[in-house]
Amino acid sequence: MGITREEVLHVAQLARLQLQDHEIDAYQLELNELLGHFEDLSAVDVTGLEPKPHAVSLTNAWDEDVVRAGLTRDQALSNAPAQKAGLFIVPTILED
Amino acid sequence: MLRDRKVSAREVATAFLDRAESTRELYGAYLHIDREWTLSQADAAQAKLDNGTAGPLTGVPVAIKDNISTAGQPTTCASKILDGYIPPYDATSMAKLKEAGLVAVGKTNLDEFAMGASNENSSAFPAKNPWDISRVPGGSSGGSAAAVAGRTAPVSLGSDTGGSIRQPAALCGIVGFKPTYGRVSRYGLVAFGSSLDQIGPMAHTVSDAALLAQAISGYDDRDATSLQMPSIDASRVQEGSIKGKRIAVPKELFAQGAEPGVLEAVHRAMDQLRAAGVEFVEVSVPEIELGVTTYYIIAPAEASSNLARFDGIRYGPRMEATGHVGTVAATRGQLFGHEVKARIMIGTYVLSAGYYDAFYLRAQQLRGKMAAHLDEVLQGCDAIIGPTSPVVAFPLGGLSQDPMAMKLVDYCTIPANMGGFPAISMPCGLSEGLPVGLQLMGRVTEDEALLQLAWQVEQALGPQAQPNLGLTQ
Repeated sequence: MGITREEVLHVAQLARLQLQDHEIDAYQLELNELLGHFEDLSAVDVTGLEPKPHAVSLTNAWDEDVVRAGLTRDQALSNAPAQKAGLFIVPTILED
Repeated sequence: MLRDRKVSAREVATAFLDRAESTRELYGAYLHIDREWTLSQADAAQAKLDNGTAGPLTGVPVAIKDNISTAGQPTTCASKILDGYIPPYDATSMAKLKEAGLVAVGKTNLDEFAMGASNENSSAFPAKNPWDISRVPGGSSGGSAAAVAGRTAPVSLGSDTGGSIRQPAALCGIVGFKPTYGRVSRYGLVAFGSSLDQIGPMAHTVSDAALLAQAISGYDDRDATSLQMPSIDASRVQEGSIKGKRIAVPKELFAQGAEPGVLEAVHRAMDQLRAAGVEFVEVSVPEIELGVTTYYIIAPAEASSNLARFDGIRYGPRMEATGHVGTVAATRGQLFGHEVKARIMIGTYVLSAGYYDAFYLRAQQLRGKMAAHLDEVLQGCDAIIGPTSPVVAFPLGGLSQDPMAMKLVDYCTIPANMGGFPAISMPCGLSEGLPVGLQLMGRVTEDEALLQLAWQVEQALGPQAQPNLGLTQ
């Protein structure tokens, strides 16, 4: 099993990463090496094993239903690269 | 000295600031220093010392890893994608430090987004090892380790996802402690692998590390994974004797390409402990051998999700391109570094349709098996022992062309993160003139017992070698 150049590009597209040509080649090599190691895991019998999604299991961490001050609008916008009238400005999403 | 008011908090802060600034190029430990910020905290500490509300660490300088949010001060994660970002709030751990009267000296260097084991993945510059500046300090908390080893701050905060506190502590000859997952709030820590990340102290001694752990720990309702437990209690760390303690020795921690000099140093330390009355129990935990592979599925999977928030819309610079998706992809493609992009792609791949069961689900099953086995071993023993890092500090550039070798550096530290176990690294002698770290792993939530055992081990091993920093006492 190996990951192709097209698959690298597809994954990069899914992850919203624009890559340069030389990066695509480097990542193809690197991902293939790592995937080779992942194959080690497929040899292990995992029948009946419970998946462990977290380090220390907790269930239902409830919060009190009380109003609490968050960031002000100015604070939330303070690091935005583009803003106007109290809003984040994003590039055009819908073309005409 | 501070409590007797023989020196003022401002004098102490100034002395450490001067040293941090004069060694800035030499060690590369700091990304950001703001004297005014530090001195205003020193004044606040002095007020506590003067009015009798001081705690054990009031007025003590501390270096902060630059992935921990500091209100009004840059927090960049050593990434270009957070260039210029100034958090409007403090991380809970930072707020607690201020409350306890500690004085932040500056923000320390790290591998970008805490991804790396050498601090060479910093987008700014690599940090260097004060024992030998041609070598790495380890990572990802390399700056926090170099800051303490280089005497620019007496203690520091790091974060540990797969060993990022303990491994640099080992390579720089200091103490590094990763508390039980959930004992220190992650609120305000820029997320990497949310089920693994934990903030913890780095210091010269176990007692100092315990005091800092006490200051930053405790339940926080702003972190849904925070444990409903009191702060870590440092008051009884310096008690008891090591005599009669049972410590498990998994043979798998002593294999997998460890340098002979590292193993010799650890075995010498174990001989000293045996002579002091420790009983070592040999065990086998085969799951440890799959730890690195399992980790490199789980951590990137979580990272690929966590790092989706960096899109050039709410913070950080934006690279203009055509359309929304084009702009986001250009921003991320140009501003994330090589290793970060690699891990985002690995994570995206293992979570994608058709591969989820084969990789991510299977990795979680193996994670559960490893954690259960380690837990079973710990039910019959006081701790698990082994080397912290299979290698001593390596030359800058020594492993950066070999991604797999770099990943194996975390071989001994990853198991603790998988099960949330508390773990500590402490110096245990030298190999080739460079420090070797000894790791102890304890039972989940029993951080106090582990710190006490570590203090006892520290006493039994005696004083450790120090780097030649060219300082006169």
